[in-house]
Amino acid sequence: MKAEVTIMLKAGVLDPQGKAIGQALHGLGFAGVGEVRQGKIIQLELAETDPAKAKAAAEDMARKLLANTVIESFKVEIKP
Amino acid sequence: MKAGIVVFPGINRERDMAIALHASTGRAPAMLWHKDADLTGLDLVVIPGGFSYGDYLRCGAMAAQSPAMAAIRAHVARGGYLLGVCNGFQILTEAGLLPGALLRNAGLRFLSMDCHLRVERADTAFTNRYRAGEVFRAPMAHGDGNYFADDATLDRLEGENLVALRYATAEGAVTPDANFNGAARNIAGILSPSLRVMGLMPHPEDLVDPLMGGTDGKPLFDALAALEVA
Repeated sequence: MKAEVTIMLKAGVLDPQGKAIGQALHGLGFAGVGEVRQGKIIQLELAETDPAKAKAAAEDMARKLLANTVIESFKVEIKP
Repeated sequence: MKAGIVVFPGINRERDMAIALHASTGRAPAMLWHKDADLTGLDLVVIPGGFSYGDYLRCGAMAAQSPAMAAIRAHVARGGYLLGVCNGFQILTEAGLLPGALLRNAGLRFLSMDCHLRVERADTAFTNRYRAGEVFRAPMAHGDGNYFADDATLDRLEGENLVALRYATAEGAVTPDANFNGAARNIAGILSPSLRVMGLMPHPEDLVDPLMGGTDGKPLFDALAALEVA
């Protein structure tokens, strides 16, 4: 079973990398781009076969290590 | 005063820290590889700067979860002092030993330059050789030094007088221009409520001898040399 953990800076936490990406897009002539936020995706291969248990385990991993919940939020998606 | 420096893979400022501690205490600090970090008998543990575990995932995240942190927590729990500088500060926030987090510098640039720090309180084991309000120069070298905490945490830090150092002008004015990395409320260094844990981004250990270009950082180490764990 695969889990995909998406980690983003929380709303209100300054994301200078996202800002720089937005400015670069603007510089390339892409019109109509508002705020840009960047984050990361971590893919986990889990031995667990129960989707609910796999999700709970991945969330535990995210809270303990993968995300810093002081500044980041995370979302876990289970994929077959 | 017995000091030990904990070294994680990727830490690279341990020798500067050892020179500063040795000069003030008169004895060489123990250099402790993280895998066999025996902290018994130490008054002070220092986590120096560098790029522990390659800054993978987040600066300090891997070191904060490593087995050595259990020994460091136990050292603090039994009344020992703990100093984290630069990556060491990042590790302490990641480990939850100090609140908040260090974000990417607001201007995105790695900052390798001097800054000025205003001493916000001079009644701690770390800062008592400075005067409150005194300004000293310190080199900084970091890409992620932008201190962040939510407003409630910042209010608590200020309310409990736990901000040790702020970025300031050479004259001591706390201004946005003096705040090169964009840190919340110009915060450069903070203390734990016990006043036995301090973390800061700049490097006082880099200015402890006239040959280094100044001795602005020496009072920090002179203060630490005098401390004793009751």
